[in-house]
Amino acid sequence: MADIDGTLAAEPVLDLTPETGLRHLWRALADVAGGCRMWRLGCTLGWLDIKLRYRGSILGPLWLTVSTAVMVAAIGSVYGALFHMELRHYLPFLSISLVLWGYVSGITSDGCQVFTRAAGLIQAARLPFTVHAIRSVVRNVLVLLHNLAVIIVVFAVFRLMPAHLLAEIPVLALWAIDSLALSLALGVLGTRFRDIPPIIGSLLQIAFFVTPIMWEPGLIVAGRQYMLLNPFYPLFEILRGPVMGEVPRLSVWIAAGGYSVVLWVVTLLLFSRLRSRLAYWV
Amino acid sequence: MAGIDVRDLRIAFPLYHGNARSLKKRLGRAISGRLEHDARDRVVVRALNGVSFSLRPGERLGLIGRNGAGKTTLLRALAGIYEPVEGRVTIRGRVGALLDTNLGMIGELTGRENIRLRCLFTGMAADAIAQVERDVQAFAELGAFLDLPIRTYSSGMQVRLAFGLATATRPQILLMDEWFMAGDAAFMGRARARLEGLVSGAEILVISTHQPDILATWCTRVLWMDQGHIRMDGPPDVVLPAYLGLEKAGT
Repeated sequence: MADIDGTLAAEPVLDLTPETGLRHLWRALADVAGGCRMWRLGCTLGWLDIKLRYRGSILGPLWLTVSTAVMVAAIGSVYGALFHMELRHYLPFLSISLVLWGYVSGITSDGCQVFTRAAGLIQAARLPFTVHAIRSVVRNVLVLLHNLAVIIVVFAVFRLMPAHLLAEIPVLALWAIDSLALSLALGVLGTRFRDIPPIIGSLLQIAFFVTPIMWEPGLIVAGRQYMLLNPFYPLFEILRGPVMGEVPRLSVWIAAGGYSVVLWVVTLLLFSRLRSRLAYWV
Repeated sequence: MAGIDVRDLRIAFPLYHGNARSLKKRLGRAISGRLEHDARDRVVVRALNGVSFSLRPGERLGLIGRNGAGKTTLLRALAGIYEPVEGRVTIRGRVGALLDTNLGMIGELTGRENIRLRCLFTGMAADAIAQVERDVQAFAELGAFLDLPIRTYSSGMQVRLAFGLATATRPQILLMDEWFMAGDAAFMGRARARLEGLVSGAEILVISTHQPDILATWCTRVLWMDQGHIRMDGPPDVVLPAYLGLEKAGT
């Protein structure tokens, strides 16, 4: 049944030996390609995760939307008053930021467990490991889509139109492939070192406060260039800025691209080195 | 032509015992010289060592041995789940692995939904999925239960569904752990007819079991595993008496 590397050749040949040198990388790339070819499986599993989580509940996945809406309203009114912000400007900013942050923290915390949670599947049949990472990305994208409703409502209430929507298409693609890389990298680390999930959890909390999510980047005047040291900042800025009608400056785009390349290089190094050991560890 | 070639296969599981499976040990190793010595001689469980054999089309191999002899590990290695630590495993042909009763099934989904999900695992096209659905429906004889969540099934019904699915896709190489014996007598008869249909082509069967009578009737060759090694390899009427004789002497 398991059609070995996802190929449909009449007679697939699986030749397994301990890997050395470039074969590591080659096998890792084949795994990513095989996983992407089986996108229907990854999507189905991710969708089932959401469907089964809310089975029997009246609102179902709409609970995601409701809880985000409550959070945006609560934080928006409190911080808007604290910072003396104009709600017409602050609430749209906050809704985008919180929804995106919810996605990032979902990808990161689920990422640590993509393989450990799928232990049963991994030991039952040979599958590209990338399938499990795609499942996690799809699950979090579905959550994100539910939360999108909050942003739309906020924009509608203040009668705002999102600007530069077309510019978002390549940015969304970049976010998608970065999410996949992050899931793979954290999945490998989290399978080998079981303390990774709590470490990531506390790092995320710090990142939440140092990244302009609840506060606007414009609040920082001196030392603005140091903000680029935080990888989340440029990646958030290229997605949020254009919608808010503020196209980020060139250095932000370069930083976002640079961090993405670094992320993929690190991921491929980790994944190619440790892929064949994952089944032993889960 | 389907085939399996195993050369000097070694599979070993690292045991990161206690809290050794953590960053603390790694960091400690980097800091202190003494810990490095402790951490380096990590315990490794040798599950398989120096295993070599080849299978040609038509062969039905039975794996026999005590608990912990390495039967399930060998099956997983043949399925490509555990990649060799040393040695080489070459498998030509589409592999079907019945190693886990659940087979990635989800208890909340109906039998029909699970069939479709299972087909996605193999990357099947829509018309092929419909064909598998009909085939499994006919074989498993679940009736109206096919549209109920499988957590409402009896274990026998679950086995019929899983067995029907794994054999519906006509793998060239079928790997089987012994769990499928859970079926009732009538099912065993039909399971056997279906399996023999699969094996009669140029297909290969590898089955692991504790039950000598299954091996005597189903297999053309028996591999006696003992502590990760091959103790004996030959036709059932040679290997089985030797194995049973030793088991008797041992107890």
